[in-house]
Amino acid sequence: MAAKTASLAPPSAVEMGARQREISVSEFFTKNRHLLGFDNPRKALLTCVKEAVDNALDACEEAGILPEVAVKVEAVGNGAPPPPASQATRFRITITDNGPGIVRQQIPRIFAKLLYGSKFHRLRMSRGQQGIGISAAGMYGQLTTGKPVQIISRTSPRAAAHFFEVQIDTKKNEPRILEKKQIDDWELPRGTQVTLEVEGRYQKGRASIDEYLEQTIIANPHVKLTYAAPDGETKEHPRTYGELPPTPREIKPHPNGIEFGMLLKMLQDTASHSVAGFLAADFSRVSAKVAEEICKAAGLSPRAHPRDVHGQAAENLYKAIQATKLMAPPTNCLSPIGERAILSGLYQQIKGEFYTAVTRPPAVYRGNPFVIEAGLAYGRGPEPAQGVPEKKAVPLAEGEAPTNDHELARVIRYANRVPLLYQQSACASYKAVLDTSWRNYGVAQSRGAVPAGPMVIFVHMASVWVPFTSESKEAIADYDEIRKEITLALRECGRRLGAFLRRRERAHSEHRRRNIFALYIEEVVQSCNRLKGGTLAVARLKDQLQRMALKRTGGEKTDELLGTNGSGPEGLPHSIIVTADGVEGELPVAVSPNGHPPAGTAEPVDEPTTRTTAPAAKRHAGRATRRPARAATRRHTPAARKPRTRATRRKS
Amino acid sequence: MAGKPRKITAVEKKLVGVADLVITAAQRSKDPTLAIPVRSLANVNFNERKGLIELGRRKQARSFFNVGMAKKFMQTVLVADALCELQRANLTTSLREIYYRTKHTIKNSHENTLDTQDESDPLIEDLEVTLAALREELHVRAENAGSIVGPLVLVDDGDRVDCARLGKGGYSVPSIVEPEYLDIKKCTADFVLLVEKGTQWNRLSEDKFWRRYNCVLLTGNGQPPRGVRRLARRLHEERKLPVYVLVDNDPWGYYIYSVIKQGSINLAFESQRMAIPKAKFIGLSSADPEAYGLPRNVGIKLNEKDIARARELLGYSWFQKKGWQEEIKRMLSSGLKFELDALANKDFQYLTKKYLPRKLKEEDWLD
Repeated sequence: MAAKTASLAPPSAVEMGARQREISVSEFFTKNRHLLGFDNPRKALLTCVKEAVDNALDACEEAGILPEVAVKVEAVGNGAPPPPASQATRFRITITDNGPGIVRQQIPRIFAKLLYGSKFHRLRMSRGQQGIGISAAGMYGQLTTGKPVQIISRTSPRAAAHFFEVQIDTKKNEPRILEKKQIDDWELPRGTQVTLEVEGRYQKGRASIDEYLEQTIIANPHVKLTYAAPDGETKEHPRTYGELPPTPREIKPHPNGIEFGMLLKMLQDTASHSVAGFLAADFSRVSAKVAEEICKAAGLSPRAHPRDVHGQAAENLYKAIQATKLMAPPTNCLSPIGERAILSGLYQQIKGEFYTAVTRPPAVYRGNPFVIEAGLAYGRGPEPAQGVPEKKAVPLAEGEAPTNDHELARVIRYANRVPLLYQQSACASYKAVLDTSWRNYGVAQSRGAVPAGPMVIFVHMASVWVPFTSESKEAIADYDEIRKEITLALRECGRRLGAFLRRRERAHSEHRRRNIFALYIEEVVQSCNRLKGGTLAVARLKDQLQRMALKRTGGEKTDELLGTNGSGPEGLPHSIIVTADGVEGELPVAVSPNGHPPAGTAEPVDEPTTRTTAPAAKRHAGRATRRPARAATRRHTPAARKPRTRATRRKS
Repeated sequence: MAGKPRKITAVEKKLVGVADLVITAAQRSKDPTLAIPVRSLANVNFNERKGLIELGRRKQARSFFNVGMAKKFMQTVLVADALCELQRANLTTSLREIYYRTKHTIKNSHENTLDTQDESDPLIEDLEVTLAALREELHVRAENAGSIVGPLVLVDDGDRVDCARLGKGGYSVPSIVEPEYLDIKKCTADFVLLVEKGTQWNRLSEDKFWRRYNCVLLTGNGQPPRGVRRLARRLHEERKLPVYVLVDNDPWGYYIYSVIKQGSINLAFESQRMAIPKAKFIGLSSADPEAYGLPRNVGIKLNEKDIARARELLGYSWFQKKGWQEEIKRMLSSGLKFELDALANKDFQYLTKKYLPRKLKEEDWLD
C-alpha cells in the first residue's frame, strides 16, 4: 500500500542514514541517569555524597594517607534564604579530604568526563571501578541546577592550591572549564575539595546520607569523618583504628576469568612476539612451562605471532586455556578489612553484647579473586545499671505474654568497603543471610525471612572486580562461588553467636535455678503453714529449706560455665563480649600495638575529643546509660578499653 | 496443738499430710518428694476378671529441689492448701475457682503461681490419685452436664424429685451424686438407657420412650461427666438395673462406651466406683446401616484422626473380644461413620418407634 503524500512515506535508507549518528556516553547517561543511581531526588543526593566520599577514600588509601574526610551538606535557597532541610529541594555538597591532591592538568577530566579514571584498566581492589561516579554526579548537578562543579586541590604544602569550575560538554563528553585560578591561602596543606550543587531531598532514616556515613565508618574504622548535616547538626566520627589497610597490588588477569572476545583483544594489543610469551607475560599464574603446555594442547606453535592467531586457532587456544589447570589467582590484589578492624567498627557504632568477625580465605569467581568477610553485633547492650528507672512490671493476666518486640536483624552490606544501601533483596549477601539456618544458632527466624532479634549482620565482599547487578552498584550478583563463601562466613559467625548464646543461657538458667528455689520456698512454707492451721514454725521450715537450696546450687558451677579457655573471650576467636561488668575480647585499640602511630601516617591519631576523666566505676555507669549520639559517647580512654582480667571482673 | 473441737474429715487429714511430708523432709534435710501414681496408658491394666481398668503401681516422684519440678511442686502444695480450705469451710467448688483461688504473684517477682487453668487441673487429679481421694470427696464439682428422666424418685438436699413428672427437660444430674447428697428413694424402671447425645435424649424424652419401655433415660451430652456415670453405676448396683449405651457409630462413641463400662485411662483409679462392667453397647453399630437400611450417603467419611483413633482402640486390651474387633474393623473397612441423628433420614421418630424397639426385641447388643 503506497502512501498518499511524500511526507508520510516511509523513510528511505538514505534518509534514515542521515539521522544515524554517534551517541556520547554523557548523552546516554543524561537520559538514563537512573542507571547511575540518580532515580529520585533523595537517592540522587546520597549518590553524589557517596561518589565523592568513595573517591576521597580511594585516593587517600592509594597514597598511603590515613583519610580525614569532611562532608558538608547544606540546603540552598534558589536566590532566597535556604528553607529548612526537610523542605529544601536544592543542596550544596562539599567534600574535603586530606588526600594526595590532583595535578592541575587532570582536574577537569576527572571531574567532567565520563569513563575517565585510573581504576578501570587495572585489576586491583578499589571502591570506584569505572570512572563514572563523580563526573556523573557533576553532570547530575549541571542538569538539575545548572551549577558547575567546583574543585580546589593541592598536592603538597609547597605547591599552590588550584581552583576550578568545570562543566561537562554532554555532546562530546569533554570537560568545559568555566573558571580556573590559583589560590594562595587555602587552609589545607594538601588535599582536594569538591563542591556540587544538586537537586535533592534530605530525609533521615533508611538509605539516608546519615546511614551511609555511619555504615562507612563501621567498615572503615581508620577514617576520621566529620559530617555537617543539612539540619545543622555536626557529627564527629573519630578514627578508631590506627592502621591503614594494606595497599592492594595490581594484578594481571587470570586466564580462567577471561572471555573469548577479551582474549582476542589481548592477542592484538600485546607487546609480546610469541604466543607463549604473551600467555606468560599478560596473565597471572601462567609460567613459561604452562604456556608451552597450553600451546601444545591448542595445536599452536609457541613461537607463533600473537597477532596471527585468530579464527579457529584462537578458539582452540581459548579452549586449551580453559582446560588447563591453573593456580588460583594471587590474592595480594585484595585488601580485606580484617577481623580486628571489623570488630572495632561494629563495636564503636553499634550497641550490643556480642560482636564477632570472620575473614574468609580468598576464593575465585570467573578468575577474579575475592574475599568475603562477615561480622555480627548482637544484643541491646548491657542492662542499665542505675539511673534509668526500670519500668514497673505488672503481673501478667491469662493469655498475656511478656512483651517481646519482633525486631528483625539488620543486614549491612559492603562491596570493597562501600556500603550498599539499595536493592537489598537482589543482593547475594542478603540472600545468603536468608539461606542460613539461624535457628541452629539459637536465633529465631521465620521461613524465608532474616533472623529475628537485636542483631546487625555485616557482610563485605572485597574483590578486584565486584560483580554488581547494575552500574549504580547496589547489589552483588549472585555467583555460586560468592554465595558459598558468604554462607560459610555467616555460618562461622552464627556458630560463635550460638556458642555465646548457649553459654549465656546456661549461666542464666543456673542463676534462675538459684532464684527459683528461693522464690518458691516462701510459697511452699506459707501453704504448709495454712495447711497446718497456722501452727507451723514458719521461720524454722524456711531456714531448713533455704539451707538445702544453697547446698544444691553451689556457686562455683555457674562461674565455671563462663570460664575462659582459648584465644578469645570464652574461647571464641575474634569476638567481643560486653557485659554489665565489663568488656572482654579483642578490643579496638586507638593506636597501633607498639604505641606509636603506624608507619605512613603523617600525623598522630586523634585523641578522643570528649575524654572522660572520671574514675573507672563512674565510666561504667556512663557507658550503660542510653546514648543519644552513639559515636560521641562510645569514646573511652584507652585504659578503660583494656580487657579486664577475670579477677577484676569477678570482684565488681 | 490446741485444736478446736471440730470434726476433721479423712480427706482433710490427707491434705494436711502433704504439709507434714514437707516438714518431715526438711527436718531430715531430705528433698521433699511426692510420689504420684502415673496416669497414662502404660500404667493401667485391664482386669479381665473384674472387667475394670485399674491403675498400676508405677509412681513418679515430684521433688521440690529439682529445677524442672520445683514450680509444679510448689503449685501442688498450693492446690492442696486450697482444697483443705474447702474442707474446713465445707464448701464445694469448680476446677476454675480453684485456679483463681491459687493464682497470685509470687512475692518479690513478676511471676504468677499459675498462668492458666491447664496448670492447676492436672494437679487436682494428681492429688486425687496420690491421696486416694475422689474429686467429690475433695469437694470439687464438675458442671451439671447431664439429664435424667424416668420412673424414679430422688431426694436432693431434702427436696423430693420425681423424675417422671419433670416434663421433657428432666432433672439435671448434679456432679456429686454420692448417697449423702442424693438419695434414690424409689425406682421402678427395668433398665437404664444412657444416650451419648442430648439431641437423641430429647427425642426419646419427647416421645415418652421411657414410659413405654419403662426405663430411665440418661444423657451426659458427649463424654458423660462423673455425676452421670456415678448415678448410672448406682442405679445398676443398688437397683440391679441393666445399663444400655447408645452412642454414635465412630471411634469416640466406642470410647465413651468403654469409659462407662471399664473406666477411663486418666481416671483409672476411680473405675472402682464409676465403671459398670456389665454395661451393653446397644448402638449405633457398624452393622446397623446394613441391617436397618441406612443409605450410604448419610454416612460421613472417616478422617485421618478417626482412623488413627480406631486403630488405637483395636489395640486396647479391653477391646479384644471378638465381637468388638469385628465391630471396629467393619467400620474401618466401610470407611464411614454414622451419627445417631442420621436415623432421622428414614423418619423423625425412627429411633423411638423402630430402631430401639427392634434392638431390644432382638437383644442385638455388644458386651
